[in-house]
Amino acid sequence: MTTVEPSLSPEGSAPILGEVPGLFTQAVLLSRYQFRDYLRSRRFVLMMAIVAVIGALLSFVLYDFNGAGLTSSAGAFYGTLWAGGVTVVIIFAGIIFGGDAIAGEFQNKTGYFLMGLPVQRSSVYVGKYLAAFTASLVAVVFYFLILIANGAHYLGAGALPYALWESFAVALLYLLALLGSVFLFSSMFKNSLYAVLVVAVLFLFGFTVLQDLISGLVHVTPWFILTYADSIIGGVFNATCMTMVGPHTCTTPGPRGTVITTMVDNATIPEGVAIMIAYFAITAIVGLILFEREEFT
Amino acid sequence: MTPSLEARHLTRRFGSFVALNNLDLKVEGAKCVGFLGPNGAGKTTALKMMTDLIFPTSGEAFINGISVQHERKRALTACGTLIETPEIYGSLSPREALELVGALRGMRPEEIRARTRIVLEEVKMSEWTDQKVGRFSKGMKQRVNIAASLLSDPEVVLLDEPSTGLDPRGMAEVRDIVRGLKKGRRLIFMSSHILSEVVDVCDEVALLNHGKLLFYDSLANVEKRLTGDATSVDLAFLRPVSDTDLSTQVASVPGVSAVTRVDPQHATVMIAGGPPAQAAVLERLVGARLGLVSFEPSRSALEEVYLQEISKGES
Repeated sequence: MTTVEPSLSPEGSAPILGEVPGLFTQAVLLSRYQFRDYLRSRRFVLMMAIVAVIGALLSFVLYDFNGAGLTSSAGAFYGTLWAGGVTVVIIFAGIIFGGDAIAGEFQNKTGYFLMGLPVQRSSVYVGKYLAAFTASLVAVVFYFLILIANGAHYLGAGALPYALWESFAVALLYLLALLGSVFLFSSMFKNSLYAVLVVAVLFLFGFTVLQDLISGLVHVTPWFILTYADSIIGGVFNATCMTMVGPHTCTTPGPRGTVITTMVDNATIPEGVAIMIAYFAITAIVGLILFEREEFT
Repeated sequence: MTPSLEARHLTRRFGSFVALNNLDLKVEGAKCVGFLGPNGAGKTTALKMMTDLIFPTSGEAFINGISVQHERKRALTACGTLIETPEIYGSLSPREALELVGALRGMRPEEIRARTRIVLEEVKMSEWTDQKVGRFSKGMKQRVNIAASLLSDPEVVLLDEPSTGLDPRGMAEVRDIVRGLKKGRRLIFMSSHILSEVVDVCDEVALLNHGKLLFYDSLANVEKRLTGDATSVDLAFLRPVSDTDLSTQVASVPGVSAVTRVDPQHATVMIAGGPPAQAAVLERLVGARLGLVSFEPSRSALEEVYLQEISKGES
């Protein structure tokens, strides 16, 4: 056996102690390495593949149906295709990048590596959230670029309505809120599979079914369900509703110059924004509290 | 003098089960302390509370006088930890993992680079510096974890069974690393259930069973505790020894309280009186020309005390 000369600090030398960075700096540091881990992972490839498939299907349908009747205006084109697709992309990104983000720290024991260091638990939580948000943003931007490429082909390169940028911002707000909720569910479990399953079931169809049941059977506006708010991603294009005359009421031109007034059971834009902000704030705070109290048993 | 590590009435219950019962322990100065106990004794529970991975039902832990429960970040600043077998993000290399650790600790980039090279050399992982951790064996991952705990050259090092998952060569290398660490001015507090490992590298030992601290003493004092108690010693002979020889030449030696034949060339004797008595018996046996080739305590002094204390607790 070879003996190693001790190369650690000799007797009397002081340990190497820098000033430990603050909460947010540590969170950003952690997010950089976590994001790097995501970029190299199979889950990132899977997410990009999902977006590519959605983009390919969309492009095929547009090509096969010669624009699918959506090329009359940029608002109709982007209002339908962006809003419809990005919600699915965001939900998948949330499940893939956030579903096991916190639960995995316990199950995979990566938490033991980080939590023995002089870091606050909140730094770990925020760092992982930032990394999941950034990775999801890459997926959203990828979908956006696919759509822009199709839009450029059918409508021309300059046909980018202002509402598209508004909708993009709303989509990011929705991503913030959804990830907040996903992280909250992830903090409730120490098993990654349970966390991912619960998040997937709830966001892929659970909340939608609940929303339909509440509004259809009980006739109560489901303002407290996050998926109720996601309609404003398309709502900002106002493509289906020509004029909002009041909350949940819109008018569209009818035959022979008449005006049709309809009740719409969707969130208004201020309502939707408020719901998303509230979801983000509440779930982030509750998730953080849960993580602070969780033990590495 | 502020203790480097202190547990004050540290208690942890899981429902009705008491995993750690009112642990009071003060460890001062630079030394290596072995934290011993059978599986389930409460060693890892205590270490996890000392690093804020779990929370005490009552009591508090301090590192350099700073409460881990109230100021975790400040308390852990001067502390390197290795609790259980942590996993590192699989896609990162040891270099990247140590960069992360160093950055979170506030080390300067050039310090991180220099220390990364040193600690990876120390744990014999230099040639794997840029390979992905996800492809490593359990033992290799544990080496990187040890390197991470030493990166900032901390004053206090808490190691929870550091040789877990390592092959015999790896275990010997961990012992070398811990011995190397002792040359610096630091406290090493290391849990283990491998007595030979503790005897080999530690200066003091704390024994825990059923969540209670049975004793905390230096290894030298543990040896003294045995004086007066019978120690079991294994004898091996070059050629078969007759029963007559065993009774006249071995059993009759002062200090020998019992002789048990194992096979024609092996026997076990109980010797009362500690190391001086053992020396006298050895001299007599050599003088008897029975072809004695080996005279070895069946168990180390620590093992004797360990078994005695544990069995006291069981009864």
